[in-house]
Amino acid sequence: MFGLTTHLQNKRRKERRVSFLLGCLTLCLVLPIAFIVGVLLFKGLPAICWEFLAADPIRGMTAGGIFPAIIGTIYLVLLSLLFCVPIGVIAAVYLSEYAADNWFTRAINLAIVNLAGVPSIVHALFGLGAFVLFLKFGTSLLAASATLAVMNLPVVITATRESLEAVPRQFREACWNLGATRWQAIRYVVLPNSLPGILTGVIFAVSRAAGETAPILFTGAVFYKAELPQSILDQCMALSMHLFTLSTQVVGVPEAFPYGTALVLVGIVFAVNTLSIALRFYFRTHRKW
Amino acid sequence: MQAVDAKALPALQTVELSSFHKRLRIWGEKIIEALILICGLSAIILVLGIFIFVFKEAWPFLLSRFSWREFLTSPEWYPDSATKVRYGALALFAGTASITIGSMVVALPVGLGTAIYISEFCSPRFKEIAKIVIEILAAIPSVVWGFVAIMILNPLIIKLFDVPIGLNILNASVILALMAIPVIVSIGEDALRAVPDAYREAAEALGATRLETTFRVVVPAAKNGLFAALLLGMGRAIGETMAVLMATGHSIHMPTSVFDSVRTLTATIAAELGEAPKGGEHYQALFTIGLFLFAISFIVNLTADFMVRGFRRKI
Repeated sequence: MFGLTTHLQNKRRKERRVSFLLGCLTLCLVLPIAFIVGVLLFKGLPAICWEFLAADPIRGMTAGGIFPAIIGTIYLVLLSLLFCVPIGVIAAVYLSEYAADNWFTRAINLAIVNLAGVPSIVHALFGLGAFVLFLKFGTSLLAASATLAVMNLPVVITATRESLEAVPRQFREACWNLGATRWQAIRYVVLPNSLPGILTGVIFAVSRAAGETAPILFTGAVFYKAELPQSILDQCMALSMHLFTLSTQVVGVPEAFPYGTALVLVGIVFAVNTLSIALRFYFRTHRKW
Repeated sequence: MQAVDAKALPALQTVELSSFHKRLRIWGEKIIEALILICGLSAIILVLGIFIFVFKEAWPFLLSRFSWREFLTSPEWYPDSATKVRYGALALFAGTASITIGSMVVALPVGLGTAIYISEFCSPRFKEIAKIVIEILAAIPSVVWGFVAIMILNPLIIKLFDVPIGLNILNASVILALMAIPVIVSIGEDALRAVPDAYREAAEALGATRLETTFRVVVPAAKNGLFAALLLGMGRAIGETMAVLMATGHSIHMPTSVFDSVRTLTATIAAELGEAPKGGEHYQALFTIGLFLFAISFIVNLTADFMVRGFRRKI
């Protein structure tokens, strides 16, 4: 009897030890985030002032601010959403509401998985070949945001599809029984009910588009441009690109500048992500079904 | 009012109007459905488009200058040399391989350990928090990771290991590991969650502790999904561009230790495409590298998808 008890006790102890170890491993992930955010705040905050946010960079980017980069990033993100949200949402509608379970749908699914896994620099090559050269957009806001849109399409499709599939099937059946067509049921019942999920996906796409650098490197973002883009065929600056430039290409930048830029970029991305997480929690507790 | 209006109309006209309306609605629906189908195809069109456009630019190089032997076995990458132009990508492949392996050495234990912990051991509340932390980790843009590599990790490595340059395989591996961990955790956790609770209950009914249940029943049952998590994490590491461009220290040679600077396939494209004249041989060679990257990511993703779906079907 005693032997058995100690054996069990040993097992329990071992279990607790492993659980503790794995817990520590998980907590390890918090450390780099806390450290990075801490350093960015500590070294970046002194740089952030009204002038830094609202002035143009001057003297070879060693003074002034990052205003055109912030505006450029906003333009890029909004324009890319304009492309990828409608197409992505409708594609998700197809996959969740219309597609049959056959090889064709499976091929589309594989394509989505692959599109999501294509390296960002290959997206840049595609953007250069297809939008800049073939469609003759030139290196422009239009070409860069189209490239970003291609990259974010799988994100929007996957998120939308999940939230469409979460709408109970009975909702659709009720509509059909009332004589609604397939599309009417989708338009008036399924889509409104899945809006929160779509919104979270879109917001996530925003944060990704804001942070990406490689896809816009050769398609529309420039190191330095004095004036704001006047049309969608103009080139523009972008925060991510600016951070890359400041930390690798420019000599004699005061240290606070790249830190400030990184802080603004990370701040935007985190703010957008927090919004998405908060929305998700809100809608989870306020769901109608 | 409307009922009266309808009565006032001649019967024939009413019928025609409603049939016209009906036809309009049917056609409208058909047009909408066609549009939906086209958008549904967008992913296939784009994947094919990426292949075609990258292939189109790489094609002349593949026809004229390219040789498998030089490309895959020579470490001499001198695209701009005046006297002897060489397109050997072996050192670039080695660079990509070294940091991918390096990052997996760190990311695999931490990522899988975390996935197992939040799926099998921790409380629901902690799980919620851990998932948010991982989401935040995934949200940090790659250029910021590159910045961290240059500004924080670089001096740290120089100080700790007493080496002249801190931008090397070690640096890039750490950064890439942090970027790949969220992928490994989320896919790995999905795989563990997909194991039916009946498995756990059966193991516990036989007297197994949580530990035994996890490592002898759940993990083996989810091994395909966990392998897919590893593959996708690797895919992330292979395809990463900006962070790697900034963290690896830009030197094309065969690495011999973790403190060597290297250059990856992705970073080479990002660094040289801007200077390569459009349509020139160098430019086409970079697209050829892109083609290889596309092929690698294609294989990695197909395999991972196959493992996950094959696994789901079995259960």
